[in-house]
This record gives sequence, structure tokens and C-alpha cells, in this order.
Amino acid sequence: MSGTARGLGVSPGRAAGRAYRMARPPALPPPAPVADAAAEIAAAGEALRSVAEHLERHAAKAADPEARAILEAQSMIAADPMLLESVEEGVAAGLGAAHAIDAGCARHREALLEAGGYFADRAGDLDDIRDRAVAAVLGLSMPGVPDPGHPYVLIADDLAPADTAGLDTATVLALVTLRGGPTSHTAILARALGLPAVVACHGAAAVEDGTWVAVDGDTGELVIGVAEDEAARVQHEAAEARERAAASTGPGATADGHPVPLLLNIGSAKDLRPGAEGVGLFRTEFLYLDRAGAPTFEEQVEAYTAVLRALPGRRVVVRTLDAGSDKPLPFLGLPEEENPALGLRGLRTARSHPEVLDTQLRAIAEAHRACEADTWVMAPMVSTVTEAAAFAARARAHGLPKAGVMIEVPAAALHADRLLREVDFLSIGTNDLGQYTFATDRQHGDLADLLDPWQPALLHLVHLCGEAGRAAGKPVGVCGEAAADPLLAPVLVGLGMTSLSMSAPSVPAVRAALSTRTLASCAEQAHLALTAPGPTAAREAVTTSTR
Amino acid sequence: MPQKTVVIGSSSGLHARPAKLFVQAAARQPVPVTISVPGRKPAPAKSMLAVLALGATHGTEVTLEAEGPGAEEALTALAALLARDLDAEEPADA
Repeated sequence: MSGTARGLGVSPGRAAGRAYRMARPPALPPPAPVADAAAEIAAAGEALRSVAEHLERHAAKAADPEARAILEAQSMIAADPMLLESVEEGVAAGLGAAHAIDAGCARHREALLEAGGYFADRAGDLDDIRDRAVAAVLGLSMPGVPDPGHPYVLIADDLAPADTAGLDTATVLALVTLRGGPTSHTAILARALGLPAVVACHGAAAVEDGTWVAVDGDTGELVIGVAEDEAARVQHEAAEARERAAASTGPGATADGHPVPLLLNIGSAKDLRPGAEGVGLFRTEFLYLDRAGAPTFEEQVEAYTAVLRALPGRRVVVRTLDAGSDKPLPFLGLPEEENPALGLRGLRTARSHPEVLDTQLRAIAEAHRACEADTWVMAPMVSTVTEAAAFAARARAHGLPKAGVMIEVPAAALHADRLLREVDFLSIGTNDLGQYTFATDRQHGDLADLLDPWQPALLHLVHLCGEAGRAAGKPVGVCGEAAADPLLAPVLVGLGMTSLSMSAPSVPAVRAALSTRTLASCAEQAHLALTAPGPTAAREAVTTSTR
Repeated sequence: MPQKTVVIGSSSGLHARPAKLFVQAAARQPVPVTISVPGRKPAPAKSMLAVLALGATHGTEVTLEAEGPGAEEALTALAALLARDLDAEEPADA
């Protein structure tokens, strides 16, 4: 077939090539009585062995040591005698090979989920093993990442971290998923790798393996059935655009020289890049994950110093611990909640554990004193002026010069002006602000359109914050995924954002986009986006005005 | 029954590469070895699933048990492995 399908462009750039689909997980056949238990056990055992061997081969090919360790561990799970034992018990209880594999994997999955943290993440590995082994037993095509032996456009229902661990990013030209939203794993991964990506593209279901397609990660367009020479032209132009973007260096600024610092979102010193203007979001969670007790003061000082020391004279915005019942930490002992996104998370955990926040602020202050960086601290998940004032007072008491808050909750955005009487700056987390403004779970693939950062109501809240910042003469930035969109970045500047923070690979394209627009044209584009009836119209209006 | 208690030294816990190395080493021992965390029943050390399900993180105290000829040596070797920070050591094949 040929034609054009539309989705949500979540990672900019264009690419063209032959498309291949990641096969769906196999469906279980209707349960049938088992005639020959020994044969079922043999079939199941053979399937698990072949999966273990496949994973082992895959591990041997993985370039990244971390990815290799995960695949090796996964191979050992497939070959685990306890798994086979559970499968045998299933057959003894009357299940066929496929159902016994399904039940056995489900049982061990539970055990891993109970172990929590890192270990619970491995539950996804069992799902993958189950899918592969069931497909092997049923003689279906193997689910997982395709391997056509040449560069290709990957089409999938949705991509989970486990799917992409073994992804050879050198042969993938672009990602297209039927489901997923702007903050899904696919979108984040694609931006981190600099691959064009389109999500929530239902029309991609019609693409047959080997079809030539063109993907536009800016407009969300998927052209199905392009001619080979057209594909070559798109690839050539995309390569030129990448070269142009990579050639741009220096601080971010509009065409008329209005500076807009382009900062990095990082999780540790590892994510820093030479030439960075600074850090707009230093996530500190990694220090706290997967451990029984809180990290010590000394450990924290060391980790913060590693980042601050690398950026003398530059801004580093450290976000205090953003954990909660959605990202549980055992030592906080938080109760399980019906609705974790609306529960005890972010700064709210300091209500019951003020000592954790105090130790962290003390450690940041200690690192700050030892380095020359311009250290700012901010709290996540702030809803009220009282919370903001209390946080700022705490930070200042520890000797930290600049305290701010994140704007993720609509209540905070509505009171941006009052917040700025208490704090030194605001930083907007557009992903969570979208989730809370549109009452839409960030993981909900079918509602991706509501999480589109181009939603005019979301931009309206960003504008409120920008206006408040301008009136107060204080900085207001964006550190959500929206800042990484080269078409949206100028709009955000037009809405009053004084800095943009994103993952390192996104910086060149955003820098290039800003350098072609004056501050006045950013403001015009912001007006177009704000007054558009919806996200698609907003994008179109801004695209048209750019051309 | 001979047993040995040891504190997990790997910074990421008994997970990914450390878990792989431990399970492989346990499978090579001449005697069956079990591993347990306080308050839970012992699990076979050569089972990746059982080892992961312990949820043993950096600093967790685990107990190894084995019986039969070579049990002491097996426990000593495995305990020494667990005490090391296997994350900090470069993979030999990388």
C-alpha cells in the first residue's frame, strides 16, 4: 500500500528507508487437554533452551557492556532450572507447553516484582522470554527487534526499555510506534540517540515489512511507499541537516543576539558534554535508587562535586530528590498508594522525612563551597507558595545562594507570580505539567494527543510563568521534553522562557532553530501557538510562519 | 551444615553482571549451594531467578550454605566473590 499516515513527531529530523516491524507477542491458543505430558515438557524445554541460546548470541554481539550484562543475565534466566521446574509443574497440572511456559514465567515474575527496585525491572525480561518461548513452541515468528541486515526504519506497537536494550542503533534510521506519547520511552530514547521518531501513528499498522517509507520527526508524517531515489534524496538531505546542526557551536541565542542559555539535563557527571553552557536539570535520584539506606552525606558530596567541579562559572541547577510512591525508595518506607502520581512524591516526601532533604541540601552546599560553579537548587512537585517558601528558607539556611521550584502542578503555574516573591527562579517540567493539566497519565498510550506539549492550554500555563518571570525580573526556564523540540523551542522563548534545558544530543538542532529567529518572531510564533485551536493547528501555524 | 555470611560488596547489588558472575560460579561448584537473606528461606545459588528474587542490594547480608566434600572451599570462594565490588571491575572480555 502507499499513502501518508500521521502521528506525533517526538524527535526531530527526517529519514527514509525500508520499514520492518517488530513482531507482536504471540497470543496463547485456547487451552486443550494434554495427551502426552512428556512431549509437552520436551517442547517447552527445547523452546526455553533456544531462547537462552538466542539471548546469549545477542549478548555476544552487544557493544555496550551494560547491555551485554543485561542480556547475559536474561539468557541465564531462560536457562534457569527453576523456570523449567515450574513449567514441568504446569504440565503436570494439565497445561500444554505454551500455557505452562506462560504460567511459569508469571510465577517468577511475581517473585521479582516483590523484590522491588532494580530487580522488579527484570520482570520485563521474563515477559520477553515468555513471548519468545511461546512463539517458539507455537512455531510463530520470533518477537523482538528485526534484523534485516541493512539500515531500516523500525515500526513497533510501542517500545519498552527491554526491547531497545539490544537495539543496534547504527542500523536503525528512525522509530515509528503505533502507540506511545511524547514522554514515552520511545520518544526519550529517540531524542537521546538523535533518531527521528513518530509515535501514536496508528496508520503505521498497514506497513508491510520491506516497504520503503519516509519519516518526518518534526511533522509526525509517515509517507508509505516512497520511491527508492526519493528515499535516497531524503537521506542525503537529512545528513546535510545533521552536519549543519553539528557545525553550530557556542551559546544559544536568537538571530538578534538575545541570549537563551541551552542547558543540559543530566543524571550524573557522565552525561556532561564539553562546551555545555551549564546544567538546567541535575537529577539526583540515581544516588538513592536500589539501596536499603539513604546515601551518606560524604557519598552525596562526592557525586555533586563531580558535576559542579566540571562547570566552573557556569550554572548548575540541582533538583532535590524526586522520589515517591511512583518511584519507591525502600528507606523512605512510603505506603503503597492507590494513585501514586497524585500522592507522596517530590518535595512532599519531606513532610515525613525532612532529614533526607536536609542532608541533601547540606551536601549540595558543601560541594558548592568547594567548587566555582553557579549552584542553584530546586524542589520538584511544589504546589503552593507555602511549600516554596519553606523550601527556599531551608536551602538558604544551608548557605545555598539560589533556590527555586519546579512548575509541574497547575496550581503552581497559576500562582507563578506569588511563587517568585519567595524563590529566585522557576523551572517548568512540561511532562508532568501536561499530565496534571490534562488529567492524563504519562504512560497512557491511547491518550497521547492530550499530552502533546503543543496543547495551547499547556502553553498558556507556560506563558503565565513567563510573564511572572518578566515582571519579577527572575529567570524562568523549561527543563521538560518540550524544550528539545526545535520547532517548539522558539515558541517557548516567545512565551518568556529565559533558558531551555534538554538532553545533550538535542542541543545543536535547538541552537540552530533559535539562531534563525529574532526575539520578536519568537513572540509572534508564541502568539500563533497560544491562539491555535489545538496542538496540530498550533504546529501547522508555526511551521507555516517559519517557511 | 557449613555456612558463611557475607555482605554484598557490589555497588549495584546482586544484579546484572554481579548476579551473572555469582550464579555462574555457583554452578561450577562440586556441591549444591544455597543463598538466603534474613527471614527468607534458602534458594539455590545456581538459579538466576532465585538469586534476583532475593532483592539483595549493596550492603545486604546474605548467608551461603552447602554440604558435602568441598563445601568449605565452595563457600569460601563464593563468599569472596560476593564481598567484592564486581561493578567496579572491568569485564575481562571488554
